[in-house]
Amino acid sequence: MATQGIEQPHVQRPRGKTSSGGRKPADAGPLTAYLFMAPYLVLFTIFIVVPVVFGIWVSFHNWDPLLPVKPFVGLQNYVDLVTPGSTTFGPFWKSMGATGKFTLYSVPLLVVIPLLVALILNREFRGRNFFRATFFAPYVLGVAVVGILWRFLLDPNVGLVNYYLGVLGMPDNIPWITALPWAWVSLVGVTVWWTLGFNTVIYLAGLQDIDPALYDAAKVDGANGWQRFVNVTLPGLRPVLLFVITVTILASANMFGQSYVITQGAPGEETTTAIWYIAEQGLRFFKMGPAAAMSYILAAALAVVSLANFALFRYRGD
Amino acid sequence: MTQQTARAEHKDGRGGLGRLLGLLPSYAGMILLTLVFVAPLLWMLSTSLKPNYLTTRFPPQWIPGTYSGEGYSTILTTNSGNPVLQWFLNSLIAASAHTVLVLLTASTAAYALARMHFRGKNLMFVVIVLTLVIPQFVFLIGNYLIVQYFGWLDTLLAVIVPGAAGAFGVFFLRQFFVSLPMELEEAALIDGANRLQIFLRIILPLSKAPLATLAVLSFLTNWNDFLWPVYVLLSPKSLTLQPGLAILQGAYNTNYTVIMAGGVIASIPVLILFAFAQRYIIEGVSRSGLKG
Repeated sequence: MATQGIEQPHVQRPRGKTSSGGRKPADAGPLTAYLFMAPYLVLFTIFIVVPVVFGIWVSFHNWDPLLPVKPFVGLQNYVDLVTPGSTTFGPFWKSMGATGKFTLYSVPLLVVIPLLVALILNREFRGRNFFRATFFAPYVLGVAVVGILWRFLLDPNVGLVNYYLGVLGMPDNIPWITALPWAWVSLVGVTVWWTLGFNTVIYLAGLQDIDPALYDAAKVDGANGWQRFVNVTLPGLRPVLLFVITVTILASANMFGQSYVITQGAPGEETTTAIWYIAEQGLRFFKMGPAAAMSYILAAALAVVSLANFALFRYRGD
Repeated sequence: MTQQTARAEHKDGRGGLGRLLGLLPSYAGMILLTLVFVAPLLWMLSTSLKPNYLTTRFPPQWIPGTYSGEGYSTILTTNSGNPVLQWFLNSLIAASAHTVLVLLTASTAAYALARMHFRGKNLMFVVIVLTLVIPQFVFLIGNYLIVQYFGWLDTLLAVIVPGAAGAFGVFFLRQFFVSLPMELEEAALIDGANRLQIFLRIILPLSKAPLATLAVLSFLTNWNDFLWPVYVLLSPKSLTLQPGLAILQGAYNTNYTVIMAGGVIASIPVLILFAFAQRYIIEGVSRSGLKG
C-alpha cells in the first residue's frame, strides 16, 4: 500500500508547542503530508481532473475511438448543437426539454412534500424514528429495483395502481407509462416515492438546529402557528432550503434510470432525458465529440440555474 | 397541518389527552404514508414467491395462496444468459472493494488536509471541494476513454476505481478530523510517535462513527450505481445487479415472478445494511445538508 513509505526519520522530531501559543499542530515534514495525500491525489487527478479537461479536448474533435483518425473540428460540435437543422440539434434539444420538464415538475414536489413530512416528524411523538426509517427505506434501493417494481405496479392492465383506482371508483385504464401526461406523472411520482426520505432527513436536521427560544419568543409576541412557520421556521431553514433545492435540481437534471427502466423513453422519445441521450450518442454510437459538447452545454445550463437560485436566495435574504 | 406542527415544535406543558388528540391527524397521515411506502415492497416480495400464473390475478393476493420458488430458481440455477448469482457476487465484490478504496484514500488525504502543513494545501482543498458541485455526467466521456485506455472496460475495475475519486469522503472526514481536539496528538508527538502511528492509533480509533458512515454510504452508492455500469459493463458475466435487473426485465418481459425475485435479491443486502446501520446512514445524510 502507498502508506508504507511514510515513516520518515525526519518526522520523529517532536515539536510540542509552536510560537503561536500551542494551538497549531506540531509540524510534519512536507514529504509525509504529500505521502498521505498521494493515493487520493492520484485518483483525483486521473478520474476527476483529466476527464473534465480531456472531455473539452474531445469535444473539439470528431472523436470515434474505433477510428484511427480523430479530426479536429474546433467549435463545430457546439455550433451544430445550436444550429437548427443540424443532425444533433433536434434530438438533443428535445432531450434537454425532457430533462427540463422533469426538473420543473419534480423539484417543487421534492422540496415541499419532504418539508411537510419533516415538520410532522419533528414533533415529539412515539414512533417518529420508525416513520422516519420507513420513509427513508426506498432511498437505499437502487433505481433499477425501484424501476422494475413500479413498472409492474403501473402496468395499465396488470398493475395494482389501476386496480385500486378502480376499486375506489376512479378510472382504471390510465396509460401510466405509455402516454402523456401520465408518463411524467409516473416518473415524478416514483421519484418522490424513491427520494422523499433523503430531503426529509436533511430538513429534520435543519429543524433541530433552530433555537426553541425563538418559538417561545414568537409565542409571547402572539404569533400564531402560521406566523411562527413563516417568521421562525422558514428563516431558520434558509441555508438548508438552499442546499435542498440545489441538490434536488442537480439530481433531477441527472435523471436517467427512471426513464430507462420505467417508460423506456416512451411515448416516442418524450421521456428520453438529456443525460440518456448524451450517454447513448457518446458511449453507444461513439459520437464522443458531439456527446462531450452536449455534456458541457447541459452543465452550463445547470450552472446558470444554480446561480440564479443562489442569487434569488441572497436577494430574498437582504 | 403546518400550524399544528409549528405549534408543537418542542415540548410544552399541555396535558396528555389534549396532546394525543392534537397528534391524531399526524398519526393518521403518517400511517397512510407508511402504507404507501411499505406496500410496494411487500408486493415485490409477495409476487416473487408466487407461481407466475398467479402474479397478475385480481383481486391481488398479498399473501400468496400458493407459494412457489420458480422465480428464484429460474434466475439462480439456469445457465441462461442471465447469471443473477454472478451479478450478485460482482456487486458484492465491487461495492466492497470500492468502499475499502474510498476509506483508505479519503482518510489519509483528509488527515493531511486537516492536520499537516504543506505547500498548496489550501488550493488543493478548495479545488477538491469545488469538484463536489460538478455534475457527474461531465466526467462521463472522459472517464470512459480513460477506463478504456487502462483496459478496464467490461471488468469490475471500471466500477470500483473511478468512483472512489469523488470528493465527498475527503471533505466529510476532513471536517470531522478538524473538530478533534489537538491535545492527544501533541502528547503523542512529544512521546515520539510519528504521523502514521498517530493516524493509526489515535485518529482512526476516534473516528469510528464517521468512518462507518462513509463506509455505508460508499457501499450503497456503489451497489446502486446504474448509468455508469450500464455503459461500461457489457458481457452478461461481468454485469452488476443494477444493470442486470434492467436486462432481466427485458428478457423476462411479463414473467413477473422472475423479475420481482431479481428485485428482492438486489434489495436484501441494502435493506439489511439499512436496518443495522440506519443511524450512520441517516447521520451521514443529515450532516451533508448542514454543510450547505
